[in-house]
Amino acid sequence: MKPQNQRRNTILFLIVTAGVLILITAAGMLLKDQAVQTNFARKNLAPSREFLFGTDWMGRDMFARTLAGLSLSIRIGLLTAAVSALIALILGTACAVLGRAADAVISWWIDLMMGIPHILLVMLISIACGRGFTGVVAGVALSHWTSLARVIRGEVLQLREAPYILTASKLGVSKMQIVKNHMIPHLLPQFVTGLILLFPHAILHESSITFLGFGLSSEQPAIGVILSESMRYLTTGRWWLALFPGLSLVCVVMLFALLGERVAKLLNPASAHE
Amino acid sequence: MEPILEISHLSITFIQYERGIHKRELPVIKDLSLQIEPGQIVAAVGASGSGKSLLAHSILGILPYNSRMSGTLKYDGRPLTQERAEALRGREIMLIPQGVTYLDPLMKIGPQIRKGKRDAGIRERCRAALKRYELKEEIEEQYPFEISGGMARRVLIASAVTESPRLIIADEPTPGLDKKAAGRILGHFRELAEEGAGILFITHDLELALTVADRVAVFYAGETIEEADASDFKDVEKLRHPFTKSLWHAMPEHGFHPIPGSQPYPGTMAKGCPFARQCRKCTILCREADQISLKPYRGGLVRCLYPGKEEAK
Amino acid sequence: MILQAEHLTFSYRRRKQECILQDYSLSITSGERVGLRAPSGRGKTTLCRLLAGYEKPQQGKVLLNGKALSSFRGVCPVQMVWQHPETVVDPLLQLGVTLNEAGKPEERLLKELHIEEGWLKRYPSELSGGELQRFCLARALHPDTRFLLCDEITAMLDLVTQAQIWNFLLEEGKQRDLGMLIVSHDDALLQKVCTRIETLP
Repeated sequence: MKPQNQRRNTILFLIVTAGVLILITAAGMLLKDQAVQTNFARKNLAPSREFLFGTDWMGRDMFARTLAGLSLSIRIGLLTAAVSALIALILGTACAVLGRAADAVISWWIDLMMGIPHILLVMLISIACGRGFTGVVAGVALSHWTSLARVIRGEVLQLREAPYILTASKLGVSKMQIVKNHMIPHLLPQFVTGLILLFPHAILHESSITFLGFGLSSEQPAIGVILSESMRYLTTGRWWLALFPGLSLVCVVMLFALLGERVAKLLNPASAHE
Repeated sequence: MEPILEISHLSITFIQYERGIHKRELPVIKDLSLQIEPGQIVAAVGASGSGKSLLAHSILGILPYNSRMSGTLKYDGRPLTQERAEALRGREIMLIPQGVTYLDPLMKIGPQIRKGKRDAGIRERCRAALKRYELKEEIEEQYPFEISGGMARRVLIASAVTESPRLIIADEPTPGLDKKAAGRILGHFRELAEEGAGILFITHDLELALTVADRVAVFYAGETIEEADASDFKDVEKLRHPFTKSLWHAMPEHGFHPIPGSQPYPGTMAKGCPFARQCRKCTILCREADQISLKPYRGGLVRCLYPGKEEAK
Repeated sequence: MILQAEHLTFSYRRRKQECILQDYSLSITSGERVGLRAPSGRGKTTLCRLLAGYEKPQQGKVLLNGKALSSFRGVCPVQMVWQHPETVVDPLLQLGVTLNEAGKPEERLLKELHIEEGWLKRYPSELSGGELQRFCLARALHPDTRFLLCDEITAMLDLVTQAQIWNFLLEEGKQRDLGMLIVSHDDALLQKVCTRIETLP
């Protein structure tokens, strides 16, 4: 049997996954108007060929609502994951570069943040920031950077002692040059993997606090809103209101997780040549 | 005597991805044949980065996942399969590894040497082995980070000889040790060989290898270019391959005269003799030849189209 | 020029028991090639690291022409060449980039060290230890370098490469009147290349 070119398969997989996610995001944005359109002539329809995911009690197309919700979730996820990762990069590097005192303070802060249950923290920050879009983004972004920051801190600490970095500084290469040429390329794989693996967390937490009522306002077609509304109708037998949006959320989260795992494998020298 | 280990036509290839998705095969060891008899010390000598460690790894069945091996290995007359290698290593086949990182940092030295066993016999042997290498008994209660690099190396060697191995593979066991300590360890190899073990001594240090080995196989760009008795190195005229001769001339006590150029990296040579670029007697045929095979010549083996041409001026 | 180590005392923080170096002094003048031999574990590498400014001694000082070595800015006039060249080059950078990091070395150096044009585009994992060591030497022999500390630089290399590198270094050292500290286990090598041999206590 001819050995398979695993790397090509992986890259194909990455492209397809990223494509699907981008497609969902774009479609959701286009279907935004349709998602809030009410039509009482067609309320409470079960899934059919015309309405794949059925309609709700106001006659809104659940397929459009689900896509719009996912799209919103992905965009919020993107924003929060990016902000989180950036905070992690800055604090992680600061920890390692600014000396012992800064390291102790930041490490203590990381431990503190990690000690509080995530969902509680997200809720508190969200309420403090006035809920809504800003609340959710602030809540998720400010609570998810800790573990990545810790990884980056460790990595920078190790890099600082690397002989090639010591030698470069003895040869008069400036600090900025060293960070640019030697540190960032080594941190990038960790950073990218961490960033992608933050997505599923961010999306799930955003949906959960919206579901609990501490997040996005109920006019918005967010997955959390859809799910919490559907709870009232589940007992009356309208299973499709919760099932399809819930399932699609799980699928999107899994896609992101898989994406992250594959990227991690590709960038890790211990498995890069498989 | 029946050889304890018989390697024939061993080749090891790495499969790597170049930038992007293209795969390439990197031959690291090409067409290696070697025999080790009980009581014999065979040195494999080559420059660092020439893939000598992989030779050890292939015998122990611990090659990395992206490498492929061809050729045959026989241990004690029977093929050395992956299963057999796994069963034998740590019992009959012992590795003395290159790096001190092979010690478990979270385990005290004593239990590591005893490999978790607790009976009185192993305690006794452990103590004897430590004594042999002038290691204090207190070291049993210390962790690897508390001892120096040279001591760690002696611990690795002590831990390999507490069992009674039949084949010892020593992968660069002495860098970081001074001449005296290195000599003591090599002396111990000699003793083990006299007790009947076969020893494969992998090193980059030809001078050191010559002090203890019976036979020497010289590596160049992933191939063994000459296999000779250690005593042949006393006289440059007895050596067979032009590279081996240039090694001799480059020794500090033999004039310190190097030849220009450097060894090609394995896999960069499409065809021809790998030594062609550095050889003064190189001919067109040398550059065009396919894989040159190892052939017997004057009581040794040599991989050269025209051995002895140098003397014929 | 003169490089002086005065009453150096040093111990690693994590090893509380004993000092690696205690009240050790050494001086090297330009043009001198000082060999250093000692049993393993006696701090030869540590001494090099101290002299090159990679570590600070707990007591004593390292002086270059009477001035503290740490007061020199830019390229340090004392450069160290390491035993394992593969740890001293960034594995993710092409060697050409690494080589030119501190300014382009002279063409002449590349030629005399047999560094081939094609190697500049390669990554460290694609070259052998001997080839990498040539890059490290070319980089360490910056025009501002006055003293070169060689910590077992050819211990891991084959004899031909070892002889090539030392023949080059002897010639280069004479031309530029470099001071050198040469650490090795190999007595025959030290006898061959040094003007004076010291033993660490």
